[in-house]
Amino acid sequence: MQNMLTIISNALCRITGRHAGAQTVSELLIDLSEYVNITSPTAPVMVTTERQPPEPPPVSARAPEAQLVSAQTDAVARPGARVVVSRSYADFTPAMTFDIKKCDVHRLEEGPPLKAELTREQGLQYYRTMQTIRRMELKADQLYKQKIIRGFCHLYDGQEACAMGIEAAINPTDHLITAYRAHGYTYTRGVAVKEILAELTGRKGGVAKGKGGSMHMYAPHFYGGNGIVGAQVPLGAGIALACQYQGNNQLCVTLYGDGAANQGQLFESFNMAALWKLPCIFICENNKYGMGTSVERAAASTDYYKRGDYIPGLRVDGMDILCVREATKFAADHCRSGKGPIVMELQTYRYHGHSMSDPGVSYRTREEIQEVRSKSDPISLLKERMLSNNMASVEELKEIDVAIRKEVEEATQYATSDPEPPLDDLCNHIFANSPPLEVRGTNPWVKLKSTS
Amino acid sequence: MMAAAARFLIRGANPKLSISGGGTLLKLSPSCSSRTKTQRRHAAHFTYHPDPVPTQYGPTTKMNLFQSVTSALDNTLASDPTAVIFGEDVAFGGVFRCTVGLRDKYGKDRVFNTPLCEQGIVGFGIGVAVAGATAIAEIQFADYIYPAFDQIVNEAAKYRYRSGNLFDCGNLTIRAPWGCVGHGSLYHSQSPEAFFAHCPGIKVVIPRGPVQAKGLLLSCIADQNPCIFFEPKILYRAAVEQVPVESYTIPLSQAEVLQEGSDITMVAWGTQIHVMREVANMAQEKLGVSCEVIDLQTILPWDVETICKSVVKTGRLLISHEAPITGGFAAEISSTVQEECFLNLEAPISRVCGYDTPFPHIFEPFYIPDKWKCFEAIKKMINY
Repeated sequence: MQNMLTIISNALCRITGRHAGAQTVSELLIDLSEYVNITSPTAPVMVTTERQPPEPPPVSARAPEAQLVSAQTDAVARPGARVVVSRSYADFTPAMTFDIKKCDVHRLEEGPPLKAELTREQGLQYYRTMQTIRRMELKADQLYKQKIIRGFCHLYDGQEACAMGIEAAINPTDHLITAYRAHGYTYTRGVAVKEILAELTGRKGGVAKGKGGSMHMYAPHFYGGNGIVGAQVPLGAGIALACQYQGNNQLCVTLYGDGAANQGQLFESFNMAALWKLPCIFICENNKYGMGTSVERAAASTDYYKRGDYIPGLRVDGMDILCVREATKFAADHCRSGKGPIVMELQTYRYHGHSMSDPGVSYRTREEIQEVRSKSDPISLLKERMLSNNMASVEELKEIDVAIRKEVEEATQYATSDPEPPLDDLCNHIFANSPPLEVRGTNPWVKLKSTS
Repeated sequence: MMAAAARFLIRGANPKLSISGGGTLLKLSPSCSSRTKTQRRHAAHFTYHPDPVPTQYGPTTKMNLFQSVTSALDNTLASDPTAVIFGEDVAFGGVFRCTVGLRDKYGKDRVFNTPLCEQGIVGFGIGVAVAGATAIAEIQFADYIYPAFDQIVNEAAKYRYRSGNLFDCGNLTIRAPWGCVGHGSLYHSQSPEAFFAHCPGIKVVIPRGPVQAKGLLLSCIADQNPCIFFEPKILYRAAVEQVPVESYTIPLSQAEVLQEGSDITMVAWGTQIHVMREVANMAQEKLGVSCEVIDLQTILPWDVETICKSVVKTGRLLISHEAPITGGFAAEISSTVQEECFLNLEAPISRVCGYDTPFPHIFEPFYIPDKWKCFEAIKKMINY
């Protein structure tokens, strides 16, 4: 039905597009989708404009460090040891402890644990989230190629384990700031797929009201979405200062890429953060290429976890969600205990090029990408772990895939039918002002108002 | 950086442009487009007017703007053994293809990539230049020049002055793609020339097309002052002209009168020149108004004489740029002209510029000072 709707609306667009204004077509589509929602039993409730966050991160399910380390024996052999047993799937393994890759450490006596526990529920949730991000990014790629999304667009596929792993290890009240490859974090910080896609298409229902686009997305405790390479890092240190000053035991996760790691602002921030012992986790998502230049050709030291010098550091396998989660937990504990900042390098990989103009194969080989895809894909890795340990069934995961596909399709529908923001929005939100401020226009006789 | 995208964007949005030049631009305008999408954000807002084929500089070949920049850099590397080119991704040709083939031709010790660090790039360039070599630095987008602002304003611009002429970095040229591109949004569309116009000691130059770009860029490189050379990125592929193959220079700080007229003087630079030329035709056809179109070319130090002479003749002045109106360079021109030509003015000087907003994402078509807004300004001035 949903497919049919898409076809019909596309056709309508095609037929009426030349004569009817954008508004009319959009309204038509909204009307149509409402109609479908009412009449079709399979249609989902996606028309609401409320935020529909993904399932909350399993903060409560987090086991204390000691317990994690001790839980080395097979959890199945000790029934009752875990509370997280799904009733209807009693024959599945409710929880497992996995060996994870050892982190390289810098100025630390001890690193994160070498084993991590994964409950079935966590596993399913991580799978769902990462798969949603993947689907969403592939859809964005498609919409870009159809020229529905315009401008600058940086896709996150390949790096999903970073966003999910970090989110699983911090509290929703902790703070997070990243650069322009922001779609994944926007989703893990609680923004619905449809709001992200609608932002990409520049529609009113987008997470930044259609005014930001790909690089500028925000949510509570998520500070974007920043377009200038490295410029968000000092902001992150500032957020951490606010946390420290307010004494609320919160911290700030400050993300940047391997390219940004060569910007001077980082080192200014490192110094301030270490000097004042700010609760800040600096995370370098090292996806091996800063735009079209490989890390070896851009950085005198590619040991990004050591580049804080006097700040302790960790190098983490960023393709394994459990590694990321455990390392981030470790880093968060480090920060919360008042020891000051910590630097983490997540070794990851982006499947797409740097941005949509970059086919991504002029500075690396197709074989290299294929090898990462086949050997260390974060989603496949998790899936494999769950399936081979009887923590989920193939059918079940397939069902999740189908549901995600549907969600993304519906979000696309929303993102292409939602109206564009009204022209008044051009001048709004320049300053905080009341009463409205007059905005000087292209010429003296056009007056526009700005409100915030 | 994040914006390697622009390469694709320019090519992707108007695929026909590079083949058939400006003529097809009009066909992409909303009224005759067969596009079905509700947004038409990437229809160009101007028609490119190619310059006549220059005859005084020897044989010419067909080039677009980025090729003419490459050609200028090629001439420089060939004739000046101390010249080096560096910037983000320039080794493989740069995101806008301005340095294609130069590394292979002149070696990776002369054309090389830097890390992503604009402040470092410019500071490094000042060092290279002060030691006597010719430094040509590329900032990937004019929007990214701000991290380097301190180095440009405090180091480059003041070097000669503060050392009593013992040292200077006149051999430094900074190139950066500039201006709107159709869908560049906040950080890939800005026109920051006015920031630098407030800074004695540097020169700021913006060409309107391939022939000018090559001549002016070679002048900037030869000039014994640090120069910022902004290249209108929307023209990289859209502008195609017959460009001389050999090296030639076009003098800096000299505005060019592109079209003589008697009723109104129109001053612009970069992409906006092409809007102005179209407006001049419209004004002639619809209002019988004769417009004098002037390309300022060098923003700092600017050619006061040519502009004032023209205003004395026409009595009216319209200035247009993409940057926001408040504090834009039009303000400086306007102020100077009213001081010099007060008694010659028939109407208040008019500025048609960008809004005082950040460069908008989907509202770009409304933000741009397009031909209709300029045309309206002319009507007002004539009927004043």
